[in-house]
Formats: sequence, structure tokens, C-alpha cells
Amino acid sequence: MTDQLLVKDKDVVVPGETLATGMAFLPTKGTYRDGDRIVAGKIGLVSVEGKVIKLVPLADPYIPKVGDVVVGEVNDVMFSGWRLGLRGPYSAVMNVKDATSDFIGRGVDLTQYFALGDYVFCKIVNVTSQKLIDATMRGQGLRKLIGGRLIQVNPAKVPRIIGREGTMSSMIQQATKTEIVIGQNGVIWVNGEPGLETVAVNAIKMVEDNAHKSGLTQTIKKWLDEQVGGAR
Amino acid sequence: MAYTKRFDGRAIDDTRPITAKVGVVPRADGSAMFQIGNTTAIAAVYGPREMHPKFMQNPRGGVLRCNYNMMPFSGHGDRVRPGQNRRAKEISRVMENALRPVVDLSAFPNAVVDVFVELSQTDAGTRCAGITAAAMALADAGIDMKDLVAAVAVGFVDDRVVADLNYNEEHYNDYSDNPDKDRPVADIPVAVLPGSGLISLLQMDGEVKREHLKEALELGRHVAKKIYEIQKKALKARYME
Repeated sequence: MTDQLLVKDKDVVVPGETLATGMAFLPTKGTYRDGDRIVAGKIGLVSVEGKVIKLVPLADPYIPKVGDVVVGEVNDVMFSGWRLGLRGPYSAVMNVKDATSDFIGRGVDLTQYFALGDYVFCKIVNVTSQKLIDATMRGQGLRKLIGGRLIQVNPAKVPRIIGREGTMSSMIQQATKTEIVIGQNGVIWVNGEPGLETVAVNAIKMVEDNAHKSGLTQTIKKWLDEQVGGAR
Repeated sequence: MAYTKRFDGRAIDDTRPITAKVGVVPRADGSAMFQIGNTTAIAAVYGPREMHPKFMQNPRGGVLRCNYNMMPFSGHGDRVRPGQNRRAKEISRVMENALRPVVDLSAFPNAVVDVFVELSQTDAGTRCAGITAAAMALADAGIDMKDLVAAVAVGFVDDRVVADLNYNEEHYNDYSDNPDKDRPVADIPVAVLPGSGLISLLQMDGEVKREHLKEALELGRHVAKKIYEIQKKALKARYME
């Protein structure tokens, strides 16, 4: 069998599509080897680096990982902590000791810290094989989210919304004078002046819808200039 | 040998006209529409999400759950009573079995992926249209899949092996003025994994000879390849201008 690459870099591929034949290429994330074929395992964009074939997913359910920072909703107040919904199949537990350094006696009502329906920006510290998740609020920038508005985006698009080293999100924040907190579970919190909040939300939606296209930063920048200029 | 030309004039190995579209249900995690002739299936995928009832959870991996539903005025003749019935339950189950070999939910213990297939118009071949639409919707939802699944009904109508039977062909023998009404009609839905050519659904109504069955399955594989190309195009179209 000849070694042959059947796709180009940045091609959209669907599950079952043959990406390459022969043994010269290596299947990695999102692809698998079937005999002498390398096959796509989900819908995504192909990325070829030398002989390594990778798939950048276009849609991806969120799988909680240690170190992820996420936006969680307080779903339950327990004896010594809170249960946080992550908008996926699994919920996280945050213990009191990971939430505050205050002294809390026995039987104190924990809702004075976080009540049902509150949103918190927290970090995942532990995940078991059965997806029992521990979260903490000890860490830089982790806090309760007060005011603002929440939107839900596809978790696969989060890296694009953040941008390379945060360029995209900081550009939107600066242009709209809003504060944006992005959870890796696809929940985004936007806080600012209501009109500009809307602009920021629309900008994020635009990034989400066009995440697979290149030159997006420029397009968004131009669009933001038009929008914010008009709002003034 | 009465059936020399098909009711709707197509070739014996030809399908009815096909349209496919991905992303038709905005609130779902993945969705697709697949239309073949007068049969229209809309599939919506939700999840992975927490599974209820809890006793159905599987700690070793996620569960795929399908739901097949014919809409009340979708069919020939009488209104279909809404909700589950024995036929819908069976088809839901065979759709699950047809799709399970390709989906990998091992990363989602105790979770469920729900696939709802609604048939807004039916003219035979609904389970095949449902499976084809569901495979596209699952791919659209970003579920890990080894392959897509393409399904089509093949069959045997009055001495001819045909592809993609419509309602009239399935009921060829019901017409009392048909002089050949004792000739067998077979309706064989097949679901094919296009990459490997493996079959994940094989059912049959009626009767057929061994050699005709072989011929029919070959035809099924051939037609499934064509349907796969349409699925592929529809999925990619979502991300192309």
C-alpha cells in the first residue's frame, strides 16, 4: 500500500472518512487507524503536521478535566459544600474549605456564601473515572459571579473565543468595556453596560458561528468598531 | 412478470430523490433532516446528559437511546395515534442497535445520548431514513464515531430485485385486481457502515430466495455508498459557505 495523504490541512472531514493510507502517518486525537487507513473519528478540521494527523473538532461535548476553569451553577447546598451544575452530564462538588478561608462553625447556613442559583467561576481539581468532580475557588480570578448575563456556547469553540493567548476575548472586552469570564464548559459570563453587553454577546456568538474560518480576529475587530462606534 | 417498470418510473436500482440537511433543530446539540421521496425523517440529538431513570445508567459508559415517532398525519390512510406503540418501540430498538456499533460513548459513564427521530411524512422506508438522519445528527453533535451509518430498504417485488421501495411497492400484493397477487414481495431494510461494508441492521418482511437475497444485499451496499456521499456532503455543507 502506498503512503498517501488524501486530505489537505484545514479540510472539513466527517466520521469514517479516510484521511491517509499507508503506515507513514500517525493517527492522533480524533482519528484512528483501521488496517492501513487513518480514519476520522468525529466531525472536525484536519491538521497535518509532518506525519502527525490530528483532528480539531467542530463540535465536541464537554468532558471535565483537571485544571479546567468552568462556570458552575449552585444546584444544591449540602452539609459541607455545594453541588455545582456544569451544563453537562456531570456535576461538581465544592467543599467549604475550598470555597472560603472564613471560619465556619457547625450547622451554619451555607447559603450566606453561595445560595441556590448563584453562579461561580471555579476550577476543577479532581475527576474520578466515574466523573465525580471536585471543584475549588482557591486560585487567581476564581469568584462568585454577580450581575451580568450568561450565555452558552459550544465547548469546542471556547479556545477560539479566548483566542491565541487571550487576544480575542481581551479585544472584545476592551472594545465593549465589559468584563468577560469564559468557562471551559462553554458557559460565558458577560458584565457591563447593558447595550455594550449585547454587543459583546453578539460578538461572541459571531466567533462561535465562524470559529472554523481564518482571519476571524480582523473581521470581529472591524465589526466591533462599527458596532461600538454606532453606540456612542 | 407484471412488474417490468416501477410505479414512479425510476430504474430498479435507483432511489427516490434525496435531500439531506444538517443543523435543522437549533436548540438540539445535533440535528439532521433526511428526505427520500415522500419519506421525511428529522433527527435531533441531545446530550450526553444525565440519565434518568437512574437505574438505566451504565457506569461503564454512556447509553444511546433512540426514540422513533411517526407524526399523526404523516402516513397513508388513518391518523397515527400519537405516542409510543409496539411498532415504534421495536423500531426505536433496532435503530439503537444499528447505530451502537459506530458510536463511542465510553468517555461518558452514567450519561445518555438521546436521539429523537420524528417522521413528518411517511411513504415506506422510515426506519432507514431515521437511521440515516440519526447518524448525521450524531456526527453533528460531535459524538465520537467510527463511521457513519447509511440505511436503505431493498427488496423483491414480483420477480425483480429493487432498491428503496415505496409504499405502493411494499403493498404490491394487496391490490386485489393484481393477477400475480401470490407472487412474493420482500422488503429488506439494511443499514450499512460505509467504510467497512458491514451491516448493522437487517430485517425482512415477506419472503425471498437465497440468491435474490444475496443480490438484494449487494444492491443495498451499493445504494448505501451513494447515500453516504449525500450524508457527507450535507455534514460538510454546514461548515462551508
